[in-house]
Amino acid sequence: MGAPFDLNDDSVVVIIGTGAGGGVLANELAQKGISVVALEAGGRYLPEDYTNDEWDSFGQLAWTEPRSTSGDWRVAKDFSGLPAWIVKAVGGTTVHWAGASLRIQEHEFKALTTYGEVEGANLLDWPITLAELEPYYEKAEKKLGVTRTNGIPGLPGSNNYKVFEAGAKKLGYKHVHTGRMAINSQDYDDRTACQQTGFCFQGCKWGAKWSSAYTDIPRGEATGNLEVRDHCHVAKIEHDKTGKITGVVYFDKDGKSWRQKARVVCVAGNSIESPRMLLNSSSNLFPDGLANSSGMVGKNYMRHMTGSVYAVFDKPVKMWRGTTMAGIISDESRFDASRGFVGGYEMETLSLGLPFMAAFLDPGGWGRNFTSALDGYENMAGMWLVGEDMPQEDNRITLNTDLKDKWGLPVANVNFSDHPNDIAMRNHAYKQGQAIYDAAGATRTFPTPPYPSTHNLGTNRMSEKPRDGVVNKWGRSHDIKNLYVSDGSQFTTGASENPTLTIISLAIRQADHIAEELGKGNL
Amino acid sequence: MKKGNAYLLMSRRELLTRSLVIGGSLVIGAGFVSAPDAAWAMEAQHLKPKTLATLIQLARDIYPHDQIGDEFYVNAIKGYDSKDHVEAIEAGIEDLNKKAGGDYLGLGWEDQRVAVLRQVEDTAFFQMIRGGLVTGLYNQKPVWAIFGYEGESFSKGGYINRGFNDINWL
Repeated sequence: MGAPFDLNDDSVVVIIGTGAGGGVLANELAQKGISVVALEAGGRYLPEDYTNDEWDSFGQLAWTEPRSTSGDWRVAKDFSGLPAWIVKAVGGTTVHWAGASLRIQEHEFKALTTYGEVEGANLLDWPITLAELEPYYEKAEKKLGVTRTNGIPGLPGSNNYKVFEAGAKKLGYKHVHTGRMAINSQDYDDRTACQQTGFCFQGCKWGAKWSSAYTDIPRGEATGNLEVRDHCHVAKIEHDKTGKITGVVYFDKDGKSWRQKARVVCVAGNSIESPRMLLNSSSNLFPDGLANSSGMVGKNYMRHMTGSVYAVFDKPVKMWRGTTMAGIISDESRFDASRGFVGGYEMETLSLGLPFMAAFLDPGGWGRNFTSALDGYENMAGMWLVGEDMPQEDNRITLNTDLKDKWGLPVANVNFSDHPNDIAMRNHAYKQGQAIYDAAGATRTFPTPPYPSTHNLGTNRMSEKPRDGVVNKWGRSHDIKNLYVSDGSQFTTGASENPTLTIISLAIRQADHIAEELGKGNL
Repeated sequence: MKKGNAYLLMSRRELLTRSLVIGGSLVIGAGFVSAPDAAWAMEAQHLKPKTLATLIQLARDIYPHDQIGDEFYVNAIKGYDSKDHVEAIEAGIEDLNKKAGGDYLGLGWEDQRVAVLRQVEDTAFFQMIRGGLVTGLYNQKPVWAIFGYEGESFSKGGYINRGFNDINWL
């Protein structure tokens, strides 16, 4: 039987979510001849549908269903209903992502061993090593066509990059280049080369940036083994009396509910929605939610230490022209506790258009101090700071039973407070970022606070021992053998790198594992 | 002069035939607010004309850009001249006037007005006006050009041959 699949077909693998994790896993399984039903809460948009207008695009793509926030992070004050800036669409946040494709470093997979116990943090080593993941990183880099791998040249440097590079070199930084980007510097895999249009965050209208929306998803569908149902919002994952998963209940676009039977369920709804689904699926057998014997579902929410530095110069930069994030300084991405914190951070070029700059430069700011900064918009350069934040049990996703979505389901509350290590790292990064622009001749610099989270990690973390986490080294629930987690919520720790390449590598690896287990009759 | 806007455009002659009250850089007439040179005018449908003028000044004091004309601030706040908002706006402006010693618009220096705003910046009224301006003011495409922002470039083929790397002063 090929796609479309019957609701009562209990031989299918159901994947919830079609982003970096779910979208890739769906195609990888389909290529192996495995029947897959992928349920996607959002709609389907392709490059011709994307819009190069920040607010219009946000309205088209972003997840704007209700969520709530708590904790001392500034996002809870400035954007109380919008803890995360992630996408609700076929392809998930791979439509929005900037394309930075970095491997996690060996020592970062062993955060507890490398850093030692950090007070107030819940550090743990990953149950896998870099060596185990390397073959999959190679496959992922080939799939995405990552620049500076496999002989693919780097992207050319934009104006924003040139300012960033000039300052970095004056400061003596050595590891400075236009990044390892899943954005074509030359035609690759039926996708065109980057035309330096900007608006990488709004969906690439050229298709030069890799996204599962127009690569893995249609290729999986072309096999006849993958059916993607869009506008399908999963409410609950169901099990039989032995605790084995039997299927999922979801609402379609008209609010009608359906039950899809399944042999295996893979949850890939991102680090906010995935734990929410597991918690919303509680039952008499699993009163604390599915896969939650450790109590770790929803806990250890990480969002990376982030911040930005913008700077105004006495001459034009026009930072919005060209690839948004093709520029990186990696020198600070190392373990060196003498800086006053463990873990490291990357500095990456970033630009926002005027509408988003007004919203994000200093949220809540007003008056001439604020507006004189915007007056320098044309002469502005910008960078993003992204580093490893500490997992903390109290930073967590819980169900907010006072706030329901349109289907009557409790929404996710995102509680987050910075760890002192996060604050020390951010302050260091601000200082270095400002020094870079000062060295390039800035007349004024702005240490800009974190945006709503784009890197959401850790809420169903991988662990060697079942008591320490939710899933094992394959992303398989410690408690329920036919339940998998396939997104960034598996991350044991956050590392300093943008997470997408690792999510994709884990998905390719998980597909091999699931195929093998199916073959052995273990699923 | 802009065409098709919701605010009423009046001829200079029409303006001059109505009684005029000068308030700051705005002209407040019977039922309308306009620029002193009559470049634009907005008829007050629900708000008192003076309230409307104060609201325009408030918008500029929150996000002051000397290179941006009043009409863009008018565009950003004109939605408040509606049945749904009239009560909250009149009350908010009345509070502002009280804290200003009677007349917010009568305070000649921006610093004097900002000192009043510091007293109200945590109120729901101030935050509603400020929050609305973030998109209401800065998401107007004609405003982008004033800041040098070029908006979309896909229709022109991106910047690959149009200056993505043309910086020449480093």
